[in-house]
Amino acid sequence: MVFFVLTGGLSGTFSNLLIPLQLGARDMASGFLNMLSYWFFFGSCTVMTISLFVEGGPASAGWTIYPPLSALPTAISGSGAGMTLWLVSMVLFIVSALLGGINYVATIINLRTEGMSMTRMPLTIWAFFITAILGILSFPVLFAAALLLVFDRSFGTSFYLSDIFIDGAPLEHIGGSPILFQHLFWFLGHPEVYIVLLPSLGLASEVISVMSRKPIFGYKAMIGSMFVIAFLSFIVWGHHMFMTGMNPFLGSVFVVTTLMVAIPSAVKVFNYIATLWRGNLILSPAMLFAIGLVSFFISGGLTGIILGDSALDINIHDNYFVVAHFHIVMGASAIFGMFAGVYHWFPRMFGRMMNFKLGYLHFWLTIICVYGVFFPMHFLGLAGVPRRYYANTAYAGFDSLFEINQIVTVFAMIAGIAQVIFALNFFFSMFRGQRASQNPWNANTLEWTAPVEHLHGNWPGAIPTVHRWPYDYGKPGHHEDFIPQTVPHSQTTSSNRPDDH
Amino acid sequence: MSETLTIEKSKRSPWGGGISPFNVSWGKMYMWFFLVSDAFTFSSLLIAYGTLRHRFTEIWPLASEVFTHFPFVHGHVQLAYVALMTFILIMSSVTMVLAVDAGHRRDNKSVAVWMALTIVGGFMFLGSQAWEWYHFIEGSEQGSYVLADGRFARTDDYEPGTIFFRGGEKVEGAEAKALIASATKHTIGANLVENEYGPTPLFANFFFFITGFHGFHVFSGVMINLIIFFNVIDGIYKKRGHYEQVEKAGLYWHFVDLVWVFVFTFFYLV
Repeated sequence: MVFFVLTGGLSGTFSNLLIPLQLGARDMASGFLNMLSYWFFFGSCTVMTISLFVEGGPASAGWTIYPPLSALPTAISGSGAGMTLWLVSMVLFIVSALLGGINYVATIINLRTEGMSMTRMPLTIWAFFITAILGILSFPVLFAAALLLVFDRSFGTSFYLSDIFIDGAPLEHIGGSPILFQHLFWFLGHPEVYIVLLPSLGLASEVISVMSRKPIFGYKAMIGSMFVIAFLSFIVWGHHMFMTGMNPFLGSVFVVTTLMVAIPSAVKVFNYIATLWRGNLILSPAMLFAIGLVSFFISGGLTGIILGDSALDINIHDNYFVVAHFHIVMGASAIFGMFAGVYHWFPRMFGRMMNFKLGYLHFWLTIICVYGVFFPMHFLGLAGVPRRYYANTAYAGFDSLFEINQIVTVFAMIAGIAQVIFALNFFFSMFRGQRASQNPWNANTLEWTAPVEHLHGNWPGAIPTVHRWPYDYGKPGHHEDFIPQTVPHSQTTSSNRPDDH
Repeated sequence: MSETLTIEKSKRSPWGGGISPFNVSWGKMYMWFFLVSDAFTFSSLLIAYGTLRHRFTEIWPLASEVFTHFPFVHGHVQLAYVALMTFILIMSSVTMVLAVDAGHRRDNKSVAVWMALTIVGGFMFLGSQAWEWYHFIEGSEQGSYVLADGRFARTDDYEPGTIFFRGGEKVEGAEAKALIASATKHTIGANLVENEYGPTPLFANFFFFITGFHGFHVFSGVMINLIIFFNVIDGIYKKRGHYEQVEKAGLYWHFVDLVWVFVFTFFYLV
């Protein structure tokens, strides 16, 4: 989920769709690297799918694959072939992410069309840009960690293993440190959270501005806060490890850096709210999902402040409170951003509109069910129910929480069924949907100036030239409530302002 | 008035779009970003090494006592061999610079010559590394012992019958024989599970992994250089009018050299 849906699905797909179209480029800088990246991703998915069917079952050490469970093939049934294939799949995935990320960065730096200065780029592109940089800097660390793990598993080294007994018999490993793996893993793991979240926030910025018919509030503050979030994400990894016996002073340093993330996040949230404030809101499904994202970002962010405090974390680590927190703030938020992106750019992809009514049904069922699943989990967590147990019925103490678990299960099933509506809507609209006009949302960005037919090179004639930033919505003095980026200032003398950029 | 100013400004600025702000091709930019990412891989490996070594400072083998072999020399020569390897690799970087420079001058013949020398330097380094691995794995004739009291004792091929402890203490003669006879473990050479240089397997683990990982980079660098070399001989870049591929290969090669400087520092000198 974290790697394949939220990383591959968000920055993998939308970056490749929107970067060339919104920048006014014929294609990504290197089509060859793009293809390599795709096929590595394909191989990675294939290997991961195969791992579900091998003897002993798929990898069972969780997405964090902590040793020793992941490092000793004989530890549990899922530590065998499934784990090996998991690692192979991840190596392919990292190669794919790296090739893709390098390509995104090079394209954004080098292939912007005439007039597209960095501060005239849509916030989606900024988000993809920063995400790609995060990936380039953090995935290699997971790569190193995974290679060391492979050596521990297969060649008898002791990087992560020390004095271990299986069935009472000591193994030969001595001296290693499983905590070392956690440090290396979370150095990727935390930036990974923002690799997942930033593209969603970027898509939502665009959708919210277009659908509010207002310029995005605080454009430069949005860029700045994304940079600050990206920087901070590299120095907060310790907050995943408060319970590993970390020096309390070091822990308090991580608390400070973690809580600092709240500042740029709050800047972004308030900017979204200020953009919505008194806008001419068009509540399309995309807009609803974007607002849903902001809602999740707030409610999940608040519990993040609680979890980021090392003293409180002693009480609520590794239980359902954590599960609720990160599923809301990074899982559901990112998924909602992805839905917003799909609903919004569907006309761009297939030349047809998605059905609004089904979209509304999908949205309301999903948001109610997501809160229905994860909100009660906070209480389960505070009551002490641990995560990663396959059954809590073995403990009589949790019997009184049985009904809350039932509610969660019911909501989860409805949420799952609601996604069928989306799938039906998607494929039905792809072939039978209402035909979309060239620029159905009256948006300013360049992708709506390209013909809907999928041309090689995106634009049939010359590449469009950019004359203004992408957020001239509802500008006083202009006869329409939007001015595309391709319109020069000389044609809009009635609405020009001295601070235009 | 204001609008013409904004338009003019965006046209003049290198970041205004339509041109490459760093004035480099995207191919070269790929290489730079790849190297940044690779630098993070090596840094995390070296930091992992540093962390675990720091835990076992007391028992971690001293590189100056481990790497004492030199071809055709009888006796101990501390770190001379690895210094020679490092020198060879740095010299191959110098020849690489000269190849790139010749490319700037469009001097096809000189590019080929300097590239060939760079490749020779790369193969010499790889060969030296193989030699060093061989002696590291083979170890000494008598190896080392874990004594009955738990102490770790090494031997020296040039002083048979004597055992050495950490910190310079040594025991000779009958006493040493008795201690060896009661030893609980005897190790000769090195592999991924145990090694004769110290009681922790981590020393050999990290040595094999990091120098191996670097060696693999050198190997792929030599392969890249070979491809470039054959392209130069075929006159491909001469026809193309520029030698940018040589520059890109050069970036990679210098990076691999730079990484070796760090590996050398952290494994052999510190």
